[in-house]
Amino acid sequence: MLAYLLRRAAFAIPTLLLVAASVFFLLRLVPGDPALLILGDQATPESLADLRASLGLDRPLPVQFVLWLQRVLAGDLGTSITNGEAVGPLILDRFGVTAAIVLVAVALAALIAVPLGLLAAWKQDSAGDLLAVGIATLLLSIPSFWLGLILLLVFGLWLGWVPVVGYVPFGEDFWTAASYIILPIATLTLVEAGVLIRMSRASSIEVLRLDYIAHARAKGLSEGRVLLRHVAPNAFAPTLTLIGLILGNLLGGIAVIETVFTLPGLGRLLVDAIFARDYPVVQGVMLFVAAIYVGVNFCVDLLYPVFDPRVRAG
Amino acid sequence: MKRFLRPNLLLGGALLGAVLTVAITARFWTPHDPVRTNLRRRVGPPSDVYWLGTDEFGRDVVSRLMIGASTSVSVALATVVLALLLGGLIGLIGGYFRGWLDRVLGAVNDTLLAFPGILLALGLLAVLGPSAWGIVLALGLAFAPTVARVVRGTVLSVREREFIEASRALGNSEWFTLFRHVAPQTIAPVTVLATSMFGWVVLSESALSFLGLGVPPPAATWGNMLASARPFMQEAPRLSIAPGLMIAACLLGANLLGDALRDLLDPREAR
Repeated sequence: MLAYLLRRAAFAIPTLLLVAASVFFLLRLVPGDPALLILGDQATPESLADLRASLGLDRPLPVQFVLWLQRVLAGDLGTSITNGEAVGPLILDRFGVTAAIVLVAVALAALIAVPLGLLAAWKQDSAGDLLAVGIATLLLSIPSFWLGLILLLVFGLWLGWVPVVGYVPFGEDFWTAASYIILPIATLTLVEAGVLIRMSRASSIEVLRLDYIAHARAKGLSEGRVLLRHVAPNAFAPTLTLIGLILGNLLGGIAVIETVFTLPGLGRLLVDAIFARDYPVVQGVMLFVAAIYVGVNFCVDLLYPVFDPRVRAG
Repeated sequence: MKRFLRPNLLLGGALLGAVLTVAITARFWTPHDPVRTNLRRRVGPPSDVYWLGTDEFGRDVVSRLMIGASTSVSVALATVVLALLLGGLIGLIGGYFRGWLDRVLGAVNDTLLAFPGILLALGLLAVLGPSAWGIVLALGLAFAPTVARVVRGTVLSVREREFIEASRALGNSEWFTLFRHVAPQTIAPVTVLATSMFGWVVLSESALSFLGLGVPPPAATWGNMLASARPFMQEAPRLSIAPGLMIAACLLGANLLGDALRDLLDPREAR
């Protein structure tokens, strides 16, 4: 088990380094002088030279990268060009909203989809199975931001059950805050449930075909016991990988949902920074999100052998 | 023959076929000029002349939906082709020649896969700026690693087969063997992947255009139509509903067709 752990960690660390390098060099491809971008119209030749020296821009690129990496490892992601705020705290502040919505939505989606997929697989090709697959494929095909708009139209504008625009932090008033994020959560839950139902069903079907399931049935175990004790854990392992990928994807990529519901999340921060050409923020968010993505996948790798013991040996 | 009469194949093919027909037709004919504005017809109701009414600049919604189909489909096709060429080449060369080249290409690939696809596309767009070609390049690069992984996996198993050895024994060069005998074996899995990828690209492009980072106005795409319809959601919900239905139809078609092709071309996965 420890060997497995170390192997995965040995893979995650170089990946993170390469990720950091690609974020750094990608944003160096931007045409123009970063110092000029920061100082704008007030730039004088002296102030430009000073800033270049203090940012290390007059040194060779590899040296710049190492210096930047040192600062990042010390927790310093630089400051925003638009408002001078430190990028690190800015990201953490915005991440709260995104994380709350994504974690609740993915948990709900998994709770609905995993058992549903298992049941559909158990009754493969029945009317219920066809219905589950049909609904899942339909959910998978609806753009999340459009579904969000439609939910907003129905529950916000027509029925008036929830507020349409805005956001209140949870610290201020729990129920008001909840009323603002219930629709984004519902939207993501529905969309992600579609993918997860299909995955859970597909991997359950695979497991149901294996010999040890026939053996378990031959021993006279009840169907419920076969499904819960023998099929569910093994079928859950591949689904878990997908949950990890979805989680990583959403934690950085729900800019569209945040735009639809006007939420001050991480995705919106990134898109606004791209529009404002605020490259320190773009760089910081990209690095942060990629690190989370790698981290989540690493955690999934660690959990994987719990459900599928064959991996430990592999 | 019966295996071709699956409901997914028929429905998926019909949906994608309809979208393609609309996209091609729009190149030659639309009921009205899709970019001609008329402020006296702002957000006009549906009528005999304007079947789905007009948008916030008085432009015909049906014509814009049709041109939107044309834009989205061309961008998606170009992106898929770019991802297939790039990813396919990396996968073929890495998987076939192995060695240090494979390890280098593999490391690059794993790094790109360590980013969520849409994040990578956003980062590239930050550098490239919003344009149709920017989208193609950004999404093409974001989707290429997935293609590379699938192709490499297939090549790894194909290169050990007897007919590959036979080709080498006949004195054919490595490159000839690779492109003449190995590459065709990847067509089935790549076709399945390309079909689903088409759907993902349409979705990603409309999401980016919705955010204002995609194809810039006044060119119509389903994504930027949705974005500009938002302020009129209460007044004219049809402006928001129609483009979304088009995206969903396109996606559903690609998903159904992708499922059907996987069942047909890869019997091992058939269920």
